[in-house]
Amino acid sequence: MSSLELKDLYDGFRNPEVIKSFQKLIASEAEKLDRTVNIMEVCGGHTHTIMKYGLTQLLPENINFIHGPGCPVCIMPKERIDHAYTLAQQEDVILLTLGDMIKVPGSHGSLQDARAKGADVRYVYSPMDALKVAEENPTKKIIFFAIGFETTTPMSAALLDVVIKRNIKNIFFHINHVTVPEVMKELIDSRDEHVNSYDHRIDAFIGPSHVSVISGSKIYAVFPEQYHIPVVVAGFEPVDVMEAIYMMIKQFNEGRSDLEIQYKRLVTHEGNLKAQALIEKYFEKVDLFKWRGMGNVPNSGLKLRDAFAAYDAEVLYKEVLPYDEIDDHKLCICGDILRGFAKPQQCSVFGTACKPSSPLGSCMVSSEGACAAYYKYGNLL
Amino acid sequence: MCLSIPSKVVSIDTEQNSATVDTMGIQRTAGLDLMEEETVAIGDYVLLHIGFIMNKIDEEDALESLRVYQEILEKLDEEDRRQMVLDDDNCPVREAP
Repeated sequence: MSSLELKDLYDGFRNPEVIKSFQKLIASEAEKLDRTVNIMEVCGGHTHTIMKYGLTQLLPENINFIHGPGCPVCIMPKERIDHAYTLAQQEDVILLTLGDMIKVPGSHGSLQDARAKGADVRYVYSPMDALKVAEENPTKKIIFFAIGFETTTPMSAALLDVVIKRNIKNIFFHINHVTVPEVMKELIDSRDEHVNSYDHRIDAFIGPSHVSVISGSKIYAVFPEQYHIPVVVAGFEPVDVMEAIYMMIKQFNEGRSDLEIQYKRLVTHEGNLKAQALIEKYFEKVDLFKWRGMGNVPNSGLKLRDAFAAYDAEVLYKEVLPYDEIDDHKLCICGDILRGFAKPQQCSVFGTACKPSSPLGSCMVSSEGACAAYYKYGNLL
Repeated sequence: MCLSIPSKVVSIDTEQNSATVDTMGIQRTAGLDLMEEETVAIGDYVLLHIGFIMNKIDEEDALESLRVYQEILEKLDEEDRRQMVLDDDNCPVREAP
């Protein structure tokens, strides 16, 4: 093959024959392992790929997946959804958001429910769509409910950049951006001695694809260096995931814990520096961010820098926003699933009281959540 | 949410700082706000995410991966064929069924 066609970027990395080849290679490497290894795919996109293509069924029994917390919709706590719900009901407000966020219930209902009650809540494909909404509604306040990991943070920053440069006065932000390395650290650091057994410990991470496109693989250097846990940054296609697992098992067999990139066609060690500079210009860390299913995670959330407080809906509407703590549903075991102590089908309400259409817990709320992926592809019911 | 789509750049609008990209036959506009000036050209493969080009796809690296996969396929095919010959050599029952 001498030149690349667009379809190669899809078909080449989904080729069933290549997937089968890696299945054989992994099987022969995995025979040399002396115990079961637990691989955490941090990102919900990988969970989706693993379940959609049935990759768990292609792997030997001594390779176990732990489905991590990398779904930005799933991890949004009810407190933040309640913020959005409250903001949507303020006078002259149009609330914009992305993805499945509109469907996720807070303590009074979802943003979809708020819309049914008359609030102006809109789903946008891109943050930049806010510019058009703002232009068409000059008397309204447009609040962008910003969600997502490092993948989507620079897009919110780019919108704010345009808002400032064009001196647009009616676009505001409610920031819920979170960062991946901090929650990976929390997953390791929060383990008690008694659960840090071979059965439950995280032996390796599959690094997220598109978080890494922006931030570079450098953000995971701490894991091999300080925790001696290998990280392989992988693409989202099934061949990418299988190759990453092969690279990982080879690391185990060779006694290495390295940071490697399988997704070389898009990820470098340094990442997209312009996007990183935009994030740095407009955002700063918050001390704690509560993750649904995980609890408070230190330094894992972002907010607008004080210099841009005039654009911060959380500051402007401080008086009306609710600040009550809300517990996760008592029957939901999502926290245990995200930490690798349980699988979705072990939850008493999985597929019965908790379904994608009526989720009780975070792992079921978006298609990238572990429970939603098991529900859709797992053939477990 | 984090799923992004490989696309090909069809045209560039320097005034709007945006590009028109083709995603398997569908054309749409994507912001160049996250890319350094003049790093994206017509014909480039890029990754599209919520209305922005996130990065260029390194064509050489993509081709290299596909070449490696082809080699693995060929190598395993050869091993399979050898195994078939071996199996046949060791076959205990020679009579055709």
